[in-house]
Amino acid sequence: MPKRSDIKSILIIGSGPIVIGQACEFDYSGVQALKALKEEGYRVILVNSNPATIMTDPNFADRTYIEPITCEFVARVIERERPDVLLPTLGGQTALNVTIELDEAGVLEKYDVELIGASVDAIKTAEDRDSFKKVVDACGLESAKSFVVHTMAEAEQAVASIGYPFIIRPSRTLGGAGGGTVEGPEEFKEKVAWGLECSPINEILIEESLLGWKEMELEVMRDKKDNAVVICGIENIDPMGQHTGDSITVAPIQTLTDKEYQLLRDGALSLMRAIGVDTGGSNVQFAIDPQTGRQIVIEMNPRVSRSSALASKATGFPIAKIAAKLAVGYSLDELPNDITKETPASFEPSIDYVVVKIPRFTFEKFQGVEALLGTQMKSVGEAMSIGRTFPEALQKACRSLETGRVGILGGVEEQTGDIELLKKQVQKLTPERLYQTARLMQLGVSEEELHELTAYDLWFLREIRKIVDVEKEISVSGIANIEEALLRSAKQLGMSDVRIGRLLGCKEDEVRAKRSEYNLRPSFKMVDTCAAEFASNTPYLYSTYDSAPESVPSDAKKKIIILGGGPNRIGQGLEFDYCCVHAAFSLKDAGYETIMVNCNPETVSTDYDTSDRLYFEPLTLEDVLAICEHESPFGVVVQYGGQTPLRLAQALKAAGVPIIGTSPDSIDLTEDREQFSSLLTELELKQSPSGTACNEEEAVAVANKIGYPLMVRPSFVLGGRAMAIITNEEELRGYIAESVEVSFDRPVLLDRFLSEAIEVDVDAVCDGDTVVVGGILEHIERAGVHSGDSSFMIPSQTLSAEVLQEIENATRALALRCEVRGLMNVQFACNKSGLFVLEVNPRASRSVPFVSKTTAVPWAKVAARVMAGDSLQSLHESGLYGDIAIHKSYRDAVKRIPYVAVKESVFPFVKFHGADTVLGPEMRSTGEVMGIDDTSAGGFVRAHVATGMKLPQSGSVFVSVRDEDKDELGPIVAKLVDLGFSLVATEGTAKTLSAGGFTVERVNKVRDGSPHIVDRLNEGSICMVINTPEGTGPLLDSRTIRSTSTQLGLPLFTTIAAAGAAVDGMELIAQGQGFEVCSIQEFLQLL
Amino acid sequence: MSNQKNKAQRKRALLALADGTVYEGVSIGAEGETEGEVVFNTSMSGYQEILTDPSYAFQMLTFTTPHIGNVGVNEEDVESDRVHASGIIVRELSEHYSNYRATGSLDDYLKDNNVVGIAGIDTRDLVLHLRSSGAQMGIISSEDVSAEELVARAAALGSMEGRDLAAAVSTQEPYDWKEGTWSLGSGYKEYDDAELDKRPLVVAIDFGVKRNILRLLIEAGLRVRVVPAATSAEDILALKPAGVFLSNGPGDPAAVTYGIQTTRELIGKVPIFGICLGHQILGEALGAPTFKLKFGHRGGNHPVRDERNKKVEITVQNHGFATDASSVPDGVTITHLNLNDNTVEGLEVVESKLFSVQHHPESSPGPRDASYLFEKFYQLIESNKSTSVAS
Repeated sequence: MPKRSDIKSILIIGSGPIVIGQACEFDYSGVQALKALKEEGYRVILVNSNPATIMTDPNFADRTYIEPITCEFVARVIERERPDVLLPTLGGQTALNVTIELDEAGVLEKYDVELIGASVDAIKTAEDRDSFKKVVDACGLESAKSFVVHTMAEAEQAVASIGYPFIIRPSRTLGGAGGGTVEGPEEFKEKVAWGLECSPINEILIEESLLGWKEMELEVMRDKKDNAVVICGIENIDPMGQHTGDSITVAPIQTLTDKEYQLLRDGALSLMRAIGVDTGGSNVQFAIDPQTGRQIVIEMNPRVSRSSALASKATGFPIAKIAAKLAVGYSLDELPNDITKETPASFEPSIDYVVVKIPRFTFEKFQGVEALLGTQMKSVGEAMSIGRTFPEALQKACRSLETGRVGILGGVEEQTGDIELLKKQVQKLTPERLYQTARLMQLGVSEEELHELTAYDLWFLREIRKIVDVEKEISVSGIANIEEALLRSAKQLGMSDVRIGRLLGCKEDEVRAKRSEYNLRPSFKMVDTCAAEFASNTPYLYSTYDSAPESVPSDAKKKIIILGGGPNRIGQGLEFDYCCVHAAFSLKDAGYETIMVNCNPETVSTDYDTSDRLYFEPLTLEDVLAICEHESPFGVVVQYGGQTPLRLAQALKAAGVPIIGTSPDSIDLTEDREQFSSLLTELELKQSPSGTACNEEEAVAVANKIGYPLMVRPSFVLGGRAMAIITNEEELRGYIAESVEVSFDRPVLLDRFLSEAIEVDVDAVCDGDTVVVGGILEHIERAGVHSGDSSFMIPSQTLSAEVLQEIENATRALALRCEVRGLMNVQFACNKSGLFVLEVNPRASRSVPFVSKTTAVPWAKVAARVMAGDSLQSLHESGLYGDIAIHKSYRDAVKRIPYVAVKESVFPFVKFHGADTVLGPEMRSTGEVMGIDDTSAGGFVRAHVATGMKLPQSGSVFVSVRDEDKDELGPIVAKLVDLGFSLVATEGTAKTLSAGGFTVERVNKVRDGSPHIVDRLNEGSICMVINTPEGTGPLLDSRTIRSTSTQLGLPLFTTIAAAGAAVDGMELIAQGQGFEVCSIQEFLQLL
Repeated sequence: MSNQKNKAQRKRALLALADGTVYEGVSIGAEGETEGEVVFNTSMSGYQEILTDPSYAFQMLTFTTPHIGNVGVNEEDVESDRVHASGIIVRELSEHYSNYRATGSLDDYLKDNNVVGIAGIDTRDLVLHLRSSGAQMGIISSEDVSAEELVARAAALGSMEGRDLAAAVSTQEPYDWKEGTWSLGSGYKEYDDAELDKRPLVVAIDFGVKRNILRLLIEAGLRVRVVPAATSAEDILALKPAGVFLSNGPGDPAAVTYGIQTTRELIGKVPIFGICLGHQILGEALGAPTFKLKFGHRGGNHPVRDERNKKVEITVQNHGFATDASSVPDGVTITHLNLNDNTVEGLEVVESKLFSVQHHPESSPGPRDASYLFEKFYQLIESNKSTSVAS
């Protein structure tokens, strides 16, 4: 049965901004699906609010709506486009939730839109605990003993029957928000109340604890003829109790007999049938009692997921692509296996290697939050690695994390030898647990005892023991006399040269030289879905220390290696992957053989058909050099993957690897404070007064010279790690004491903080002779908020033509002087005293996708060609980029943009209970959204709604602003009053407002006693909060206000500018015309 | 449970192939020397079931999954009374194991069964080699013998073609089977005679039968008597069976001439169900010869389509020969095809009440998509009983 011919157009809903629990795996899935459906000739309509995605590139769908993923906006799209069908299973929980809303609101029925992939009933049954449990029972499977409760009283009854510890699982939340383990009665009230609060339908499940059980996942697929297959089984090394997104996992399953595995397989397939997933993929999770083998079904997701992306990368089987084809009527046996081409997709991949996935955490960004893991997902990204054995894959995964980790050992866990302390630590669920366990092994604790303490399966512990044992042997050896056999076993256990060097007391390159002497090099093997049973022509490769090489490099003369960005983290995520993917597309089009190196399974860059060859490898010097030696490329691109590949640039160059684009020396020039200062002086550009210091006393002296407030940070940073605004000496001393730990051998940088300044991001491309400015982005927040967290818009709304010209001139001068070849990002601040250069980054920046999407120029593609040697002029002539960019002047070009696009950031504060939500120089957002409209207020509202926030239409607004903001507050509150809002404020702000003639209700500060503002927030009588805090000290009062607002999901504005933009938007909503929707393709045609 | 042995203490071992390829690794299981056809299996679970499958007689098994031995061995996961594979080739033998049902390590189990093996070789490279050069004879040796000598001896072993291995692995005496299938928590179900006596009798001709086939015949509602491979049709019919089952087994089907002859004489007289070698023998008896595949099908992930309803089943496979589709005579329906290479996976003659499949619906190890075929056999027997009574 071929594809359906009764449908012409298909609506796909994306997953929106990157948040914890929903990251770029849905861009990967979406891109695969869009390609698959377009290839079948369907008209595809996409809604996704995230401009950094590849899927929202205008050429991937016929119509792309970068609009909020809410019932209201998607309904408008449906009304306008009249799609025949909606495929809701590719955009994560967000898409499923909005699909249910659309159904409940009658929109699907009204416009006769058929759901394909999964029915509303199937989605609801899988989501609803009670109905799911019934289906599990009906399949003859077992669920954990549990009760669905809606009130505290019901919860008490449930616990009386289940006992402690028990688990809370709120219904319909992302990544398990609000979930957790309740150890004893003392935690009952707080955790149950919080769980109920987090569920949009105030429903939680109270469940028997399966802590310490094995956790397994199966990725399954089914077609409309009821053919069903398991794509991959995944075993969690971290036992039950830790969200699977936060667990280290391994594929294939290692510790089950076939009899047990087939029970899981039968169970998963019968569940999928019973739930009614007619076509597509699902993820089924099981817990297994390690003592008895008893199997419990945990949950099922009737859609593609983070795990399905992982399973696709782990096996080579493109789940999302196949799911899309199945949804339009194909059956599995009608589709080819993409990797072998010869055999059909109706099979179950067999893999002859081991895959390890390891989560990446960023607790350091959220001060005051303990790094504890549980049933709620906290990780922001993940790395995957492939090896022939578990220890090899595990250690490759550890060094793929890019946290400085060199293997399972060698991190902070080695700083203590206190066995008792470590034993206490390993009993807590933290990101460090497995390393601490290995450390204990190193200190002589037995695997049996560690198994008792941690519940890690003995098989994994004993495999780790192999590493510990070989490390011990190496540490008593020396670089001069280490035997070949020992070095070989170390490499086969995945040990990095860095780690071996540390154990031997020598440098990494000496180990490399020794390996070379023994001719000990990795061989590259293929991921082929079939354990070598059939020939594969898709070069999807991994390295391993096995005897025979398999992959032979092509004899292409023009090969370019693109180094990716590694695991997602705050400060380095989807935006950089977007750039890498564009580089691959662009260079492939230009006739180069493109080679991608990356270790992030969530990404489009690690899809096997993005580049000509894919190396799924850690991005360390050792691993990248091995690939370069194997491939002998014409050039290597280090500027697109963020800080990760940049860090390698100098060492790669020193090893003779040809870096194309801006030279590593130029990159260093912009990072070196002194050189850069003199360069600015030479160009007659201004910089705020600054200095560097290597210790506390030096810092105080420098600070006294340049004056407070100060912006301080360690050198070499991305995402503003450990940056702070400091207002006095005491804060400075405190900061130095902490930040020295962050970067021990690098000085601290101090800048005079520019107050009252507008910050501007500029993205430009330079070929050595010509500089084209791609976008000048005006930030909405004042300077001081990290540019990754700021909202900004294009075209700029308040900068004068003269200032724009000055920015453009400065950008040109900087690009030429820094000898940039490719992309460059400059950050400026401008205030009454003029234009200041904040920093220059001669690399791809986070704003490139946004600028490309709003100016219709694929900047990353253009710059990739420039790096490969083409001139901007010739690229323009070849038609790679259109009219808007040829203008000699951005100022003139931008006048032709008849719309305003606003970018807003999305923050994970709700996952980090107690973290302060005030924005500052340390980046903490996980993702971004875009709103595009005729007006800036309209763009802002769309962006704001897209972040998940609802702007209120009536009620009381709480206002508390710092002194500097009080002048700007007047017009904002005036508009609020006009809109019918009432004002609530604490003393200081209330006084100002009264003096300005506003009616305001005074409320106590927390320290003044109840009833105070936090009480008011909790009772629900405040609908919006404007709170711009004073300084950066731990002002507990305002911090409690902010974190309470965040947890309650109230609109909260911590900068006066954002508040102003929001109120403008609320005015627009109040005018009541509703929002028209328009596709990005139509917008871009206006240019 | 901790059974730590240092790799360094293991003896060096060589794997020599008939075409001159030699791999060096370490000895696992019993020390010494072994020979057989070198084949590979891509299943990711169930090594103990695979090793004890009599169809692997005179074959040295390469596991493509790198870690083998993780869950140890136990007394339940066996498909016969001993290891039948003549050798084992793995990338990484797990010297420790972890599973609540495990009673010992794979290494000790191999020693107890006197099975010679080799570990620490690049099994993927070996598989790539077998894929391009074809399955061939080989020798594993931990003795002090030169590679050249081993290669010469391997080359002298000839081919699998023409070898009847069924007679050697078949039971010598008939016996009744009473065990049902395994379930979690309660193990295998034992049936008592009183219950079994009421059921229709199936005579299973043992060419190297896997126990799970017998278990599933029992679960389907049948009584099972297993007879030696060389039992004559006359002797079988004397037992008045309601159906005859032709089992799986090792070697070249064409060489099992007595089995083919017996089957020929049974066709039309009693419902017949054949699996794997049994399927090939049935094909030969119906006039469809077999041919040797380049490297065979061995794994748990092969898609097989029922050409009548176009449904795909994921099947377990273990065969080096296949029925030649082009010579299947008129009147015999090719019911199933392997979607990877379009080879014959099932035959049926409705009028003669017989059917067979090339794959292993009994799984163990592997997916159980096709286990309904045992029920189908039961139905066939029941329908025959009623028509027989009617006639």
